[in-house]
Amino acid sequence: MSKQQKEAQAVMKQHMGLKASQRLSNTIIYILLVIMAVIWLIPFVLIVLQSFRVESTERVNYIIPHSWGLKNYKALFDTSFPRWYLNTFIIALFQCVIQTVIVLCMAYTLSRFRFKMRGKLMRFMMILGLFPGMLTMLILYNVLADFNLTGEHSVPGLILVYVASSGMGYYVSKGFFDTIPKALDEAARVDGATRFQVLYKIILPLAKPIVIYTILTAFMAPWGDFVFAAYIAHAKELGMNVAVGLNSWLDKDHVTKYYTMFCSGGVLVALPVAILFMCLQKYYVEGVTGGAVKG
Amino acid sequence: MKKIDELEYLKLSKWNKFVYRFLSFFAAIPSKLWGLVKAVGRFFKNIGLGISRECKDLVTTFVKGDWKTKLSYVIMGFGNIARGQILRGVLFLLMEVVFIFYMFFSQLLNADGSNGLQWLSKLPTLGTQGAEIVETTSRFGTVTHTTIYHDNSFKILLYGVLTLFFIAAFIYTWRANIRQNKIAEQILKTGKPLKSGKDDLRSLVDDNFHKTLLALPLTGILVFTVMPIFFMILVAFTNYDFEHDGLSTLFHWNGLAGFKEMLTWNSGPVKYSAAFGEILTWTLVWAFFATFTNYFLGIFVAMMINKKGIRLKKLWRTVLVLTIAIPQFISLLFVSQMFAKNGIVNGVLKDIGLITADIDWWNSPSLARILVIVINIWIGIPYLMLIATGILMNIPADLYESSRIDGASGWKQFSKITLPYMLFITGPYLLTSFTSNMNNFNVIYLLTGGGPTNTALSGTSNVGHTDLLITWLFKLTTGANQKYYLASVVGILVFLVVAIITLVVYNVLPSVKNEEDFQ
Repeated sequence: MSKQQKEAQAVMKQHMGLKASQRLSNTIIYILLVIMAVIWLIPFVLIVLQSFRVESTERVNYIIPHSWGLKNYKALFDTSFPRWYLNTFIIALFQCVIQTVIVLCMAYTLSRFRFKMRGKLMRFMMILGLFPGMLTMLILYNVLADFNLTGEHSVPGLILVYVASSGMGYYVSKGFFDTIPKALDEAARVDGATRFQVLYKIILPLAKPIVIYTILTAFMAPWGDFVFAAYIAHAKELGMNVAVGLNSWLDKDHVTKYYTMFCSGGVLVALPVAILFMCLQKYYVEGVTGGAVKG
Repeated sequence: MKKIDELEYLKLSKWNKFVYRFLSFFAAIPSKLWGLVKAVGRFFKNIGLGISRECKDLVTTFVKGDWKTKLSYVIMGFGNIARGQILRGVLFLLMEVVFIFYMFFSQLLNADGSNGLQWLSKLPTLGTQGAEIVETTSRFGTVTHTTIYHDNSFKILLYGVLTLFFIAAFIYTWRANIRQNKIAEQILKTGKPLKSGKDDLRSLVDDNFHKTLLALPLTGILVFTVMPIFFMILVAFTNYDFEHDGLSTLFHWNGLAGFKEMLTWNSGPVKYSAAFGEILTWTLVWAFFATFTNYFLGIFVAMMINKKGIRLKKLWRTVLVLTIAIPQFISLLFVSQMFAKNGIVNGVLKDIGLITADIDWWNSPSLARILVIVINIWIGIPYLMLIATGILMNIPADLYESSRIDGASGWKQFSKITLPYMLFITGPYLLTSFTSNMNNFNVIYLLTGGGPTNTALSGTSNVGHTDLLITWLFKLTTGANQKYYLASVVGILVFLVVAIITLVVYNVLPSVKNEEDFQ
C-alpha cells in the first residue's frame, strides 16, 4: 500500500469512528429528549384525564379514570365559571389593545427620539422597576374601592391597573426598534414626512413581529395573573378572573367537591390560550430572542 | 489594591481579569461613597442655585415685562391670550382654575367635605379626631349606639400626597407660563410672528411628537406607579396596621420604628428580625438556584436540540414551549396537587414499588424547598431554550470549524466558545432574571403558598419555609393581622437589596453596552 492509500484509510477509519461516536451521542440525546418530552407532557395529559373522570370529584392517586364522562364540563356551567371566563376574556381584549398602543408608543419614542429628559427618564423608570409592584396594591385597592371598581365590579378596575403601569414594560420592544436602521427614518424625514408618517408608514410595517409579540403577551397575561386579581376581586365571586376563581376551588373546604371541575375548567382555559400561542409562536420566539437579550 | 495599567490588564487571564474587576470594585467603594456625598452636596447646591436663578429671572421678567406679562403672574395665560396664542392661554387658565377649585372649593364636590388645603393641613398629624361612639337615648328609653367617624388617616395621607403632587405640577405650570411670556416678548421684539394654535397642534405630530406619544403612558405610570410607591414609602414611617386602621383608630407618624422592629433583635415573642433574616436568606438562595439551574440547563437543552443530525427539532421545541403557552396558574396549581400527600405522584410511586408510605412533599421544609426549585426548572427551561437557541445560531460557525481543525474537544468548544459568548450576550439578562426570581410570586405562592409553616417564627403573619420576601409582603397585607407599615418596610428593603445587587453587578460586568452601537 502506498503512503497515500494508508493515509486515506486512516482518515476513513477516523471518519468511521467519528460517525460511530456521533451516532452514540445522538442516541443519548434522543433518549434524553424523549424523557424530557414525557416529563413536560405528563402534567398536561394528567389534567385532561382527570377532567374526564366522573366516578368521584375528589383528588385521587391513580391515573386512569375508572369511568369517563363529560359531567365535570357540564357542571361548570352551574357555577360562576362562565362569569370568570367572561371577565378574563374582556380584560384580555381591552388589555391587548390598550397595552399594545402604550408599550409601542413608549418603546418607539425612547428608541427613536433624542430629547432632553430621555436619559433621566429611562434611569428613573429603571429605578422604579426595582420596587416590588405588589407594594402599590394596597393603595390601588383603596382608591378603586372609592370609585366602586372593586369586588363585583372589578373588571374595569383591573383593566385600569394593568394598563396604566404597562408603559414600564417597554424594554423588549425598544430592543427591537433599536435594530431598525435609523437611516430609514432620516431618509423619509428628508423627503418631507412628518414624525407621525414615519412611524405609521415605515416603522410599524417593519415592526410587525414585535407588534404581534406585544399583542400576544398582553392578551395572555390576564389569564395567568393572580395577585392583583385576587386583591381587587376581594373574595367576591362575580369579580374574579379564572385564576382566582379556580384557585378558590382548591381550598381545603372545596377541594373534595371541586377538584375534577378545577381540572376541566383548567382545560377550557388552557386550550384557546395555548392554541393561540402555538399559532403565533414564531413571533413570540422572535420577540424573546430579538428584544429580550438586547434589552 | 494595586492599580495596574491597561496593558498589564490585557495580559491577565480571563479569570484574573474578573477577579481584578471584582476586587477593584470593592476597593473603590470608599472613594465612590465620598463621590456620592459630594454628588449629593452638588445636587443640593445646584438646587439652591437653580432656585435663586429662577427667582431672579422671575423678578427681572416682572420688572422688564409689559403689562400683559405682569398680569400673567396672577392670571395665568393672560399674556398668551392677549398676544393671540389663544390655545396655550386657555390651557394655562384652565390649569389655574382647576387648581384653585381643588385647593379651596373641592369640598363642594365630595362627601368628605374637605378641600386640598384642609387635606394638606392635616398631613403632619394624620388626623386628630378619631371615631367616637355616641349614645342616644330615645323617648322610650332605648339606648342606641352609633359610631361617628371624623378623620380618616388613610384618606388624609392619600389626598395629602395628591395635593403635594398637584402643587408641584401647578408651580411648574405657573413657571412655564411666565417663561412663555418672556419668550413671546423677545420674539415680538424681533418682529417675527408668534406660533399660532394651529402650529402648536401640528408640532404635536411632528417636532414634539415624542411628547404626544409619551403623554398617555407617563400619566399612567405617574398615577398608578409613582404616586402609589411614594405613598407606600410614607406608610413605612407610620403605624398603620389592623389595630390602627385609620378610621376607627387613627394611625400616626411613627418615624423609623417600623424599620427598627424589622431589623433589630428583640426579646419579645414576635421576632420580625429573625423572620426577615431567614426569609431574606432563602430568597437569595432561591433566586440563585432558580436562575442558574434554568440558565445552564436551558443552554444544554438548546444545544441538544440544535445539534446537527437531531431530527424533529420543531417537535421537541413545541413540546417544551407548552409550559409557556399554558397559563402558569393552571400548570402550577395542578402540579402542586400532584405532589399532595394523597396525590398522583405518591400513588404512582407506591404502585411501582418505589416507596411504601406516602411522602409528605409539601410538609417537609427541605423537600418543599427542593421541589419548588425543581418545578421551577420545569417552568423555566423553555424560556432559556428559546433565548439560547437564538444566540447559538448567531455564533459564527467558522469559530467551531477552526477550533475542530485545531483538535478541540466538544467540551473545550463549549467552555471556550459557547459559554463565554453566551455569558457576554446574556449578562444583563441574567441579572434581570435573578432579580425577577427574587420577586417570583407566582411560582412560590401557587405551589406552596409559602408553606410549610415555620413554627419557630410564630406571630409573624404565618411565615413559611418557602416564603420569599414578596410572598411575605403579600401575607402582611392580607389575612387577619395586617401590618401594613411592616409590609411597606419589607418592600423598601426588597428595593434596597435588589438595587445593591444591580449596582454591584453592573459595575463588575465586562461592559455595559453602548446603546447607540446598535443603530
